[in-house]
Amino acid sequence: MAAASVYSGAGFDFTNEVRNTFLTDRGIPLPKATSTGTTIVGCLFKDGIILGADTRATEGPIVADKNCEKIHYITDNIRCCGAGTAADTEFTTALISSNMELHALSTGRKPRVVTAMTMLKQMLFRYQGHIGAALVLGGVDTTGPQLFTIHPHGSTDKLPYVTMGSGSLAAMAIFEAKWRPNMERAEALDLVCAAISAGIFNDLGSGSNVDACVITASHTEMLRNFVKPNERAVKERSYQFRRGTTEYKKEEIRSLVVEEDVTYISAARGAEGEAMDTS
Amino acid sequence: MDHFPTNWGRPRNDAFDPYGTYPIHQRPATKDNFAEGVQRTQQPIVTGTSVLAIQYKDGIMMAADNLGSPPPFLPLTQSDRILSAASYGSLARFKDIQRLHQVGNSTVIGASGDMSDFQAIQSLLDEVVIDEFTQGDGHDLGPAEVHEYLSRVMYSRRSKIDPLWNSILVGGFRDGKRFLGYIDLLGTTYSSPSIATGYGAYIAIPILRSAVDGRVDELTEENARNLLHECMRVLFYRDARSLDKYQIATVNASGVHISDQVHLDTSWSFAEGIRGYGAQTQ
Amino acid sequence: MPDGSFAHPQQRQFNPYTDNGGTILAIAGADFTVIAGDTRQSEGYSIQTRYAPKVFRLTDRAVLAVNGFAADGNMFVKKVKQRLEWYRHAHAKDMPLRAIARLIQTMLYAQRFFPYYVYNILGGIEEDGTGAVYSFDPVGSYEREACRAAGAAQSLVQPFLDNQIYFKNQKAAAGQTHPTHLPLSDVLSIVIDSFTSATERHIEVGDGLEIFVVVTKGHSPQGLESIRNVQEVTTRADTDRMFVIRRELKKD
Repeated sequence: MAAASVYSGAGFDFTNEVRNTFLTDRGIPLPKATSTGTTIVGCLFKDGIILGADTRATEGPIVADKNCEKIHYITDNIRCCGAGTAADTEFTTALISSNMELHALSTGRKPRVVTAMTMLKQMLFRYQGHIGAALVLGGVDTTGPQLFTIHPHGSTDKLPYVTMGSGSLAAMAIFEAKWRPNMERAEALDLVCAAISAGIFNDLGSGSNVDACVITASHTEMLRNFVKPNERAVKERSYQFRRGTTEYKKEEIRSLVVEEDVTYISAARGAEGEAMDTS
Repeated sequence: MDHFPTNWGRPRNDAFDPYGTYPIHQRPATKDNFAEGVQRTQQPIVTGTSVLAIQYKDGIMMAADNLGSPPPFLPLTQSDRILSAASYGSLARFKDIQRLHQVGNSTVIGASGDMSDFQAIQSLLDEVVIDEFTQGDGHDLGPAEVHEYLSRVMYSRRSKIDPLWNSILVGGFRDGKRFLGYIDLLGTTYSSPSIATGYGAYIAIPILRSAVDGRVDELTEENARNLLHECMRVLFYRDARSLDKYQIATVNASGVHISDQVHLDTSWSFAEGIRGYGAQTQ
Repeated sequence: MPDGSFAHPQQRQFNPYTDNGGTILAIAGADFTVIAGDTRQSEGYSIQTRYAPKVFRLTDRAVLAVNGFAADGNMFVKKVKQRLEWYRHAHAKDMPLRAIARLIQTMLYAQRFFPYYVYNILGGIEEDGTGAVYSFDPVGSYEREACRAAGAAQSLVQPFLDNQIYFKNQKAAAGQTHPTHLPLSDVLSIVIDSFTSATERHIEVGDGLEIFVVVTKGHSPQGLESIRNVQEVTTRADTDRMFVIRRELKKD
């Protein structure tokens, strides 16, 4: 029996499923996961792909993280934006990143975006939507620039410009109005910023800064906090507390310095003691 | 059989109650033979999608397409089930629905949601406008008054749990002032330099806000018209229940003008280079 | 469906309420009251408008802030104003603050079984010239307090006020006591910081801030001179003075 509790099979552990369903029925809901109620986008331009994301993470109506990173590393030439349950997007992209590295090592080839896309959709489909990851996957490989969206249930889309998350409609409106084929890098980067900003300012689930990532055949440039349109206002007052503000019931001071006297008991072995066997 | 003797009719006693004021107990409500025929709107039937409106330099402009969509599944009875399976679904059923309506001389309203409820609102407003006109006191209803009236109608209907299933925009220009306001089935109201209902609130508003907010006094009529045209095009691309034919209403110092049907030109050429949705290349 | 049918008559329950977000807050001083609210009105994840006032002037010395379901809020304010106008016509004077508070209670409780989904905070100057804040629940339970926050970010702002206004969890320096009332300048900075902080951490708070300040007749509005964008809205010379301060908040 001891072995049973130590051993755990590969993949997710569903042993608490029955208990959790019972508790939910009794009115004790599962704890709410941090979600990145997000705006993420990707767009094709002349030399490659640009991905974009806002940086707000929410827990219901509360902002959990004002500057989180939603553009995840897959390989040097592939990145993935994640929307949905934060933990799911982080673990899923990290897992696929590992598998892509192993795949590249075993095939000895530069990894392809379709490979990552297929791994992701197969994994998400297997979990029937219980892994709440909505992804925008983009990169440049030997077949050229590639851009996909992957929905939590495992369906994929292949389009020249894509958006995901709660701000997807706001961002898509900007793309539909302004995207053109074969844009220059600067122009496309402005467009991605405009699309993310539309999400930041019109969707309550999105906010704070714009992250962008430009992927071309030669290299990948991660532009963390590319635009910061939402700096916090300076506070009117300082909220330093006077020393001694917090009341306490009793005071007890203990010394954490341990003093130790070392006495050598056998002088016959010599002052340096027995030599260690290093053979 | 009515067992309450007082309901049988009571001889009047002039000696102590000459005016018949003595409280007889509550009569049972007369049965309404049509009660089952009276239905509250529990869900919209034929619906209109987004309405967009913005303020500009000289007044306001409002746009709405001409589509009336039936619901995804018509609520039919058992015997009609076979019919419903082959019914309208998301068919573009009515392609000449007028969703912009002039009220008085300085106001236009546009509605999304249930079209029969909207037509009932139009009759209500027409009646109020005529009543106001027949007073002959030189006053008439401007956009602010129409907005206030509609907010009261909508709020009182929601309070009876019998809502008029619409989101309505009220725009107008009167005494040198622009007005643009919103009312919905809950009685919620607000005004803003740019407002949109339905999917427009998600898709058109980001474009409208970035062009209109803080620049209302610089937007010319042409700017405003182009802006709304662009938004209607984006909506046609992304709202599955929209149409590429729309009307635009302009209200400024020269009065109300509702345009003829405008046709949107669209481009789908981006799709030519795409193969499949995943790993396919052929 | 096992029987092959998929055209279930779908029944959608009509919900007569919604939540329009935002936060309100009021703090009473010795001879002034500050009543504030943000100006964002939202539904779900959408901003309906960046400017919808939630704080309303009722009389020369009473201000009402309403938060919750906007349609109920606006209708409630409309009805309170109507009752106050009737009172003016009947008694040739404004209704005193504590009477307005009781009026609001009865008006709320009258709707006990179809409540106004609204949290009210009434602020102003009492007949004795002291600043006062009355806070209400949606069905009319009320209480006079020194400060109160309500609405979406209540759980963020109220603990901050408890600490900064009531000095909760703060031990006074030896031989000193905490002040019972803070000066206007301190109160205003605490109000502004409350809203900028709530904007940082609550998605439904932002866009604009509207602060009403009522100062007892004959007392100087000390602390207002250093504030930007102050507009005096006092109507008559012989009454308490009223000011409005408008600030921008973050729009994301």
